[in-house]
Amino acid sequence: MSTANATPVKKNKNTGVLETLANNSKQYGIVGALVVIVLVFEFLTKGVLLKPNSFVSLIQQNAYVIILAIGMVMVIIATHIDLSVGSIVAFVGGICAILMERQGVNWMLAILISLVVGLIIGCWQGFWVAYVGIPGFITTLAGMLIFRGLATVIVGESVPITSPQFRGIARNYLPNILGWWGPFDGLTIVVGIICIALFAWSQLRRRAKVAKAGLSPEPMAITVTKIVVAALLIGFVTYLLALSGNADQGGIPIMLVILAVLVLIYNFILTKTVFGRHVYAVGGNRKAAILSGINTKRVDFTLFVHMGFLSAVAAICVLSRLSSATAQAGMEFEMDAIASCFIGGTAVTGGIGTIPGAVVGALVMGVINQGLSIMGVDTAVVKTIKGLVLLGAVAVDILTKRKKG
Amino acid sequence: MNDEDSAHLLNLVRELRDEQGVTSIIISHKLNEIAEIADNVTIIRDGATVGEMFITPETPLDQDELIRKMVGRSLTNLYPDHESNKPGDEYLRIEDWTVHHPLDQSRVIVDHANIAARSGEIVGLAGLMGAGRTELAMSIFGKSYGSHISGKVFVKGKEVSLPNVQAAIDAGLAYATEDRKVYGLNLLQNIRENASMASLEKMSVHGVMNDNIERKEVEEYRKDFHIKCNSIDVNVGTLSGGNQQKVVLAKWVISDPDILILDEPTRGIDVGAKYEIYEIINKLADEGKAIIVISSELPELIGICDRIYTVSQGVVTDNVAKNGFTQEYLMKGMTKEKEVVAR
Repeated sequence: MSTANATPVKKNKNTGVLETLANNSKQYGIVGALVVIVLVFEFLTKGVLLKPNSFVSLIQQNAYVIILAIGMVMVIIATHIDLSVGSIVAFVGGICAILMERQGVNWMLAILISLVVGLIIGCWQGFWVAYVGIPGFITTLAGMLIFRGLATVIVGESVPITSPQFRGIARNYLPNILGWWGPFDGLTIVVGIICIALFAWSQLRRRAKVAKAGLSPEPMAITVTKIVVAALLIGFVTYLLALSGNADQGGIPIMLVILAVLVLIYNFILTKTVFGRHVYAVGGNRKAAILSGINTKRVDFTLFVHMGFLSAVAAICVLSRLSSATAQAGMEFEMDAIASCFIGGTAVTGGIGTIPGAVVGALVMGVINQGLSIMGVDTAVVKTIKGLVLLGAVAVDILTKRKKG
Repeated sequence: MNDEDSAHLLNLVRELRDEQGVTSIIISHKLNEIAEIADNVTIIRDGATVGEMFITPETPLDQDELIRKMVGRSLTNLYPDHESNKPGDEYLRIEDWTVHHPLDQSRVIVDHANIAARSGEIVGLAGLMGAGRTELAMSIFGKSYGSHISGKVFVKGKEVSLPNVQAAIDAGLAYATEDRKVYGLNLLQNIRENASMASLEKMSVHGVMNDNIERKEVEEYRKDFHIKCNSIDVNVGTLSGGNQQKVVLAKWVISDPDILILDEPTRGIDVGAKYEIYEIINKLADEGKAIIVISSELPELIGICDRIYTVSQGVVTDNVAKNGFTQEYLMKGMTKEKEVVAR
């Protein structure tokens, strides 16, 4: 384009619309795919998918996938994998249920102890991977067997949950402190509006920061489009949530709050902290990370501790939803979590991945789960379809990379 | 490859041409080799052919013309003019340093080495491949190589223990590795993330990154080192070898060291970028840092060092002052065989 001048080439004021779309095609592509899948199932289920209560049920039944995907994406970025999360869900669920039902422990204390158990399991697996040097695949494969076995031993047939508060975690909503505005929960509407405002503000602020640093920001057209699309999506979700529920309560499910808190905290950790930088450094080039002074063993260890903790959180959510601990809980949860990460753009070889990507990947899996379930499709067929979606998503990712490069 | 092996290879290439009519295409930065072996030179810059030169006995290679074509401008010297600094305090001293092979613990890789580097000095480590220089550097830098390591390390006169890389960095050492793509850079991240990798604690508060400080520091060295890029947010994998090496240097200078060990700092870099790296090294020495340069190119060490240690088979054989800088003399030290000592 430019000929060799003595003076430096003048920078464009704005990068073009097409250029921005091309550079971020992966992220936009995944979100676009999610929207398409939602629309497809909305059509196939004749509108049932996006009915308010069905939508809430989607969140509550698939929350575990998002929770596990958050931990899994960090583990995969660092070039490890964790196959034991499903078994940990069963084991910790069993412990929690037994504490409450057979030991008479208060439900809040039972939750606390269960989370600590999750941390301890994480330390156990982290120790073998980080300090003994057994690959994560083997250690967590062993964990998968160990904790499934232990779950079967302690749970036996099943342990039903009687505590109404505990069962409420996966069923209840935030209290309607702003009352009902017609058929809508007032609090939900307010929260929705605040979310849209925050998104718009953060996009504009990021644009201003980039411009201030002397670089060329994305075209205003793209920023405005992003804000409008987000407003529509958030608005639609707000609308559905505000209408959801029954006579007693409705609006924002407690599960959604738990998810939002976890997503925000872990996204912050991965993108804005030293630990997050360490994770990407270890995943991208372990040798360079070691020679830069990073304690890679401690990073590996910490990642499995986080995964253990999040598995315990998922266990509590699943236990609350099913209202009973069984030895078979959590079967193949690790597959859902791993698939979510790769659908969401995590690289197979490590070093690349994001929490938002994993969440969108989990939502894709969740919508497929829910949509096919509403359509009454056999679970075996659902499995086949999910497998094909995973293969297709990673294939598209690899092929588009190859085309670019 | 050292000079002897290089000569062998060139002879083989000549034989292939003369006896079998095989045409060889040699891609090289080494101007003396090109002058010796090539019949015909094509010069490529920034992905495009910029010239062709034919070499015959009547028209030998004009190195200046070649360099001008490679770089796009005239280079009067290969090495910047630099007056040695008056050396200051001793910043690094290694005493009786012995390192065994990590797997075969009976093999001695570094044998009772004694090395010192003072503030403002540029000290070279010359040796053939396998002499143990990289192993020496890595074993000092946080015991990153070797087993059964013994000896003493003194930083600024005080004896220190450097059991891991972070301890070495905290003590004021920096080590820019031999192979930047394998050991030095995360090719999946951008310039900013790579340059800050050794200094994350400095740029954070209670574990949370301060983006402004990070950006400011990296931008400063982007300008200082003339790293050619659109911004510090571009992926380092897209940079040329010379610019990648500058990012590695920036990473280590940002960590604020007193002692820099540079292992093959200009390997795989074109003539123009090499000159810029030498200028950076000189500047760092002028600022009072102690610099140790490991290199397989004797002319390079002769061109930029104030003092050169020769290393052979893990033994530091000589400490040569500037007036002894000839390839022949240095070669003596680099090829000295180990004495079999009757014990």
